[in-house]
Amino acid sequence: MGSFADQLLVLVMLINFVMLGSSRMALCIRAVAVQGVVLGLLPGLVHPFSWHLAGITCGIILAKGIVIPYLINDAVRKAQIRREIEPFIGYVPTLILGAIFTTLAFVFAEKLPLAPEHRELLFVPASIATLMSGFLILTTRKKAISQVIGYLVLENGIFIFGLLLTEAMPVMVEAGALLDLLVGIFVMGIVINHISREFSSIDTSRLRALKEE
Amino acid sequence: MSYDTSFHSDIYGMHTHTESFMAAGWQTTDYLFAGMVASVVLFGISGLPGLFIKKPGWGQLIATGICVIAALLGTGTAVQTVVTGSSTAGYLIDWHLPFGPCEFSADPLSALFLTPLFLASGCCAVYAVAYWPAREHPGSEKKLTFFFGLLSAAMALVVLARNGVVLLIAWEIMALSAFFLLTTDQRDPDVQRAGMVYLIATHIGTMALFILFAMLRGTTASFAFPVPHSLSPDLGVATVILVTALIGFGAKAGIMPLHIWLPSAHANAPSHVSAMMSGVMLKIGVYGIIRTVSFFSLPPAWLGWLILCLGGVSALSGIALASAQRDIKRLLACSSIENIGIVFIGLGMALIGIQTNTPLLAAFGLTGCFIHILNHALFKPLLFLGAGAIIHATGTREIDRMGGLSRRLPRTAPLFLAGSLAICGLPPLNGFIGELFLYLGAFNDAISSPLPALALVAPLLALVGGIAVITFIKLFGTIFLGSPRSPEAAHAHEPPLAMLAPMSLFALFCLIAGICGQLLLRLVTPAVASYAQLPPAIIDRMESSVPLASFTLLNLSLLLLILAIGLFYTRQTVKLPCATAATWGCGYLAPTARMQYTGTSFAEMASNLFAPFVTVSRSGPSLSGPLPAAARFCYATTESILDRVLIPVFQAIGLAFSYLRRMQHGQMHLYMLYIFATLFVLMMWRH
Repeated sequence: MGSFADQLLVLVMLINFVMLGSSRMALCIRAVAVQGVVLGLLPGLVHPFSWHLAGITCGIILAKGIVIPYLINDAVRKAQIRREIEPFIGYVPTLILGAIFTTLAFVFAEKLPLAPEHRELLFVPASIATLMSGFLILTTRKKAISQVIGYLVLENGIFIFGLLLTEAMPVMVEAGALLDLLVGIFVMGIVINHISREFSSIDTSRLRALKEE
Repeated sequence: MSYDTSFHSDIYGMHTHTESFMAAGWQTTDYLFAGMVASVVLFGISGLPGLFIKKPGWGQLIATGICVIAALLGTGTAVQTVVTGSSTAGYLIDWHLPFGPCEFSADPLSALFLTPLFLASGCCAVYAVAYWPAREHPGSEKKLTFFFGLLSAAMALVVLARNGVVLLIAWEIMALSAFFLLTTDQRDPDVQRAGMVYLIATHIGTMALFILFAMLRGTTASFAFPVPHSLSPDLGVATVILVTALIGFGAKAGIMPLHIWLPSAHANAPSHVSAMMSGVMLKIGVYGIIRTVSFFSLPPAWLGWLILCLGGVSALSGIALASAQRDIKRLLACSSIENIGIVFIGLGMALIGIQTNTPLLAAFGLTGCFIHILNHALFKPLLFLGAGAIIHATGTREIDRMGGLSRRLPRTAPLFLAGSLAICGLPPLNGFIGELFLYLGAFNDAISSPLPALALVAPLLALVGGIAVITFIKLFGTIFLGSPRSPEAAHAHEPPLAMLAPMSLFALFCLIAGICGQLLLRLVTPAVASYAQLPPAIIDRMESSVPLASFTLLNLSLLLLILAIGLFYTRQTVKLPCATAATWGCGYLAPTARMQYTGTSFAEMASNLFAPFVTVSRSGPSLSGPLPAAARFCYATTESILDRVLIPVFQAIGLAFSYLRRMQHGQMHLYMLYIFATLFVLMMWRH
């Protein structure tokens, strides 16, 4: 089972690159939804079956794969954006940076003092790589929606790490994480709404106007 | 009477402070402590209903009602705790927070500081109803009422806390409530500046307290207060603890080099808040120092002398500053510095006494210190409330624009006079009693003991007292006597009863305390005995060497004499016809009010004498010829330490940090990049 989980993790990292390299909103949202579904399947592969686990899997797939992407899609439709037009750093440089960070994640994971049973799998490097990709999206994109996606990817990275650490995944921790995510999305939604109303655009670089002189 | 009640709460430690506090309060059977705790809780919640009541005024009335009940309950129980002198009332809230169980208890020392706190809180709450009515100040009244209750509760918690972190939490609530109270009138630029200076000063003090409690934890391995007299003063860390206590608590007490926030804060706050700050909050700083010193088996030799010198400098320069002020509340604030200086002189004498094992000196010093704390908490609120009434009547704080108010405010004037007499230490009021103990301590014991230098305290106190008399003659004379110097003063009106009643109560207490000095002594001796670990024989010796009984007789006869003369005078004036003319008319045909002595001119000699302490800026014309043209003359006192030293230093620091401000540019993405870079650096760190 471990090798299959590793393959899924490689898929997660590849999806990171899809998001880093694409300018189309719809594609990004779909990619993050697929990533969410893949992550939802992962706990089922690493831990032995239980109804509790099944419930969690369903919950994660529902939240990360369906509800949140739907909400973002809705926001995109309302704000009528198709593309991230002018990112701070171009797509090709972003991809290259993403590659560098993913490599560094592997190097870093090698050096971490991990428990021996965690050394074999790709969990740690995948987690760090996803986290870094999320950060990269957050820093390079201008549109608030892209930032929400970056935030989601970041959260996914943390989620992978959590998979590693919680042996039986107490339901409280999981529910807490999901709730946190949902609240985050809601907050972002409200922020987007207000930014777009205030500046008639959801370009976050306009927030500069709020700076105190 | 002595037992601990512990209350264990096994909910994760998520419950709030007040809840557990109340829950524990119901379990304890010690009614005195429960009374104090209930009073604290009542003060804390007094402002809450007002936040939800839309209709203006009701919230304030409810809060005042709660405060009065809390004050009665708190004062009663605190006085009883002081008098019984039992020190073990207390209990523990064993919550699961990192700093360990939270302990509260009240020994005579705590209760001694709580008594004036509860009394002043109740009186000032009543005063606020008329002074800051909700109808006239719909925007700020709710905030004022809420934070007023919170300030009282937080100050009481500081005094009751027996754990460093709990004390710090209460301390911060106190400091911030005071900030919000002080900035009630937040649109005024002066108030903004005063608030800013206060906030910076108080947080520098809090920083010192953080160091203090961290060091204390380092030595005792717990945030709970160490057992009294358990630490050795020879440890290296003892010096750090005591110096940080002096800085942190001393900044709040307003001791001389750290007093910078005090005059402007007291001047710009609403008057009842100034009364609370001056009458009570400064004392909380003194309490902190006294409490910290009690952890050590013996105060180090330098500490007593340092506190004594600080006290001397504060007393002298405080009153010198006060003599030059033109703003009524600023003057009172500067005189608070002086009074805190006297308190510190007493404390310094006591510590020297304890350190050199001269128990009688310790007893005299500590008694003087504590009595003066109580006295100051009676007459200073009286004066500040009186100042509020005057400001309410005339609409200005400038004493040179007042005058002749004794005719227009016939009830305020005697009350303010009582406060002024008390603060000058004149009979038959209470101000002198505390100083009497200091004088006796300095004379009796200092000369016979190996510390003859201590006798110099006596002339210092006499000098301070003399300048205080000049200052308050200036204050009272300029405000109440003569003829009005401005139309506002001419049309002043008497304040309502809700303002007069608290002032009368304070004045009554001043009179009672002045005539029955034994009452004050009874309040203070249990705390003195338990703090300095003095045997009853020493206390008896001290009491027998102070002629309080003849003092009572003297004061009482003086009071009767004054009353008799007053009665005789009024009856005489009814009989005789009397001519009315402008006061200080000097025989001119048509004198104007501007020909009177102003407060500034009256005190000019005193302020010239203290030129090194008080910097005064004058800008006037040079007169030439027999008939010089009309000209302007300006006179202002400057805050030398703040304006000349601190503000330039802070400006330089601000300039240095302006480079750092460029990092705050409003670009969200770059902010994210900062986080990213930090994360990256942390990941690469030594791996």
